[in-house]
Amino acid sequence: MAAVVIRDVEKAFGSTKVIHGINVDIADGEFVVLVGPSGCGKSTLLRMVAGLEEISGGTISIGNRVVNHLPPKDRDVAMVFQNYALYPHMTVYDNMAFSMKLRKADDKLIDERVQKAAGILNLREYLKRFPRQLSGGQRQRVAMGRAIVRDPQVFLFDEPLSNLDAKLRVQMRTEIKALHQRLKTTTVYVTHDQVEAMTMADRIVVMHDGIVEQIGTPLELYDHPVNTFVAGFIGSPAMNFINGTLRNGGGSLRVETAGGQAVRLQAAGKGVDGQPIILGVRPEHLSLGAGNEGIAGQVNVIEPTGAETQIFVDTPAGSVTAVFTERHDFAPGTPIVLKPQANSIHLFDAQTGQHL
Amino acid sequence: MTTVSTSPRPVSALSPRRSLADLLDDRRVLSFLFMAPALGILIIFLAYPLGLGVWLGFTDTRIGRAGVFIGLENYISLMGDSVFLLSVFNTIFYTTVATVLKFGLGLWLALLLNNSMPCKAFIRAIILLPYIIPTVLSAIAFWWIFDAQFSIISWALMKLGLIDRFIDFLGEPWNARWSVIAANVWRGIPFVAICLLAGLQTISPSLYEAAALDGATSWQRFRHVTVPMLMPILSIVLTFSVLFTFTDFQLIYAVTRGGPVNATHLMATLAFQRAIPGGRLGEGAAIAVAMIPFLVFATLFSYYGLQRRKWQQGSEDD
Repeated sequence: MAAVVIRDVEKAFGSTKVIHGINVDIADGEFVVLVGPSGCGKSTLLRMVAGLEEISGGTISIGNRVVNHLPPKDRDVAMVFQNYALYPHMTVYDNMAFSMKLRKADDKLIDERVQKAAGILNLREYLKRFPRQLSGGQRQRVAMGRAIVRDPQVFLFDEPLSNLDAKLRVQMRTEIKALHQRLKTTTVYVTHDQVEAMTMADRIVVMHDGIVEQIGTPLELYDHPVNTFVAGFIGSPAMNFINGTLRNGGGSLRVETAGGQAVRLQAAGKGVDGQPIILGVRPEHLSLGAGNEGIAGQVNVIEPTGAETQIFVDTPAGSVTAVFTERHDFAPGTPIVLKPQANSIHLFDAQTGQHL
Repeated sequence: MTTVSTSPRPVSALSPRRSLADLLDDRRVLSFLFMAPALGILIIFLAYPLGLGVWLGFTDTRIGRAGVFIGLENYISLMGDSVFLLSVFNTIFYTTVATVLKFGLGLWLALLLNNSMPCKAFIRAIILLPYIIPTVLSAIAFWWIFDAQFSIISWALMKLGLIDRFIDFLGEPWNARWSVIAANVWRGIPFVAICLLAGLQTISPSLYEAAALDGATSWQRFRHVTVPMLMPILSIVLTFSVLFTFTDFQLIYAVTRGGPVNATHLMATLAFQRAIPGGRLGEGAAIAVAMIPFLVFATLFSYYGLQRRKWQQGSEDD
């Protein structure tokens, strides 16, 4: 186990720069998730840690050792690939034993390690099978088993659950988290799925266009997003953004929305009177109101999921989504007032997108 | 072949007077009709000549004289025919050496072409050239290259001071054998290289990455990833290559005509030599038929080689 330190790391493919100086400190034993939309550079960063991509600038250290010029095999990392990359011509056992065989480890030790990993991952009865004869979830577990057997300093996961169906994905998510709690090996996990990031990570690194937008624990990102990108990326359904103008006068602080309505804010807000802003409020922080307590509009679509009811509302300021834990049965077109919880409102600068 | 019958039809349609339209609606009739042209071509150009050849091998037919059945006499006399036995040796030697060289060099070339390099498409197209040129044309070129007086190889080696007189490439038995093998290898490499390149490109790069992380050196990646993943296509290409080389005729006939003193006669060229210029159709046919056991062996090899390996079996959904 080891800490991973990523310092001013840059990556360019030819003249195209895709990663612009990234700094991340990953503590020993930590589970860090790199999350971001496709093309944000998260996989490239992971592959640079693995040694599969050259580092154009900056340094990456694993356990106090700069690994920039070490080949993958000398970095003591194990990686789980999106397509699993199992050797199709080897049995499950041989797939897991391969790395140790290459190291000319003792047969008994290999067997011990493989059996132990297979036990952890419930793969004992499949050891003689070939990858083709396994289901997606089983292959995924073999890929993890191959990583465990190595007993590396760092586990790297590159979107390992993308090829699984929704139900299995949730199940494997839990398994990977349980595995980490058991082995306590430093883990870097790449995903584009913010739910995966939220549920698994000790800390999340939100990336966008080759830079880090924010690093923090899942709830820090949820409660205190630094800008509109993080606010919109973390949380599902996504945060509502409403354009408006800050009004700070007459003893009350409020936002005048583009539709001419006003949302009252708690005092102690920053920003100056007349400043154009973006008001952010999560769908789960909206409740039903009356009169001019909030944002008025008409119900457009209702999606009941049983546990909660999701309502899409057309307002003069644009479409707003609200989620209620209680059940509602509005007919489309019903007038409705959505009242944001005053302490859960986020204000962002309209120009920079930064949190006020 | 479909065994699915059409939906139940009215009884009247099954009567002998059913119309042509009804007949053409019948899947069995239709499938036969659609297969008929291919079947016809196979019978006329493949089954009939093969059957005729086998029959001629049991007769003493000569050109201009219909033969009579003489049983195994042709084969018995061939057993004691030193020229025939030499041609069997030549064929096996030619096939073995040429195949080994074609695969060694072809695989090497494929691995080189599989790397990213500038003008990749152009280089790949050029590699195919020897395969595109008609055999006889390239054979004539080789004839000149190996010519006793005008050989460019001899000339170049002379200029370099490595030899002091021209090499008689096609005049000495072993020189001639190696020369035709060289020509065959030159022609055969592109086929092997391009097929193996296609195979190499189906190997997922992430397997190499996984192997690199597992600690494999480049030789170990070749040994444990490339070779096993390439085996299925390798066995197919190997089979075809062996079949084509074993039955080679054009190259030998254009370059040496089997000479010097039968040193490069293959079974195919000897069969032609005896049957057409020599006029002994029966004996020529017997030589040709004698190739069949070897070819069957090669095909069986392919049959077992082509069998899906155990690791390729299992569910298809991946």
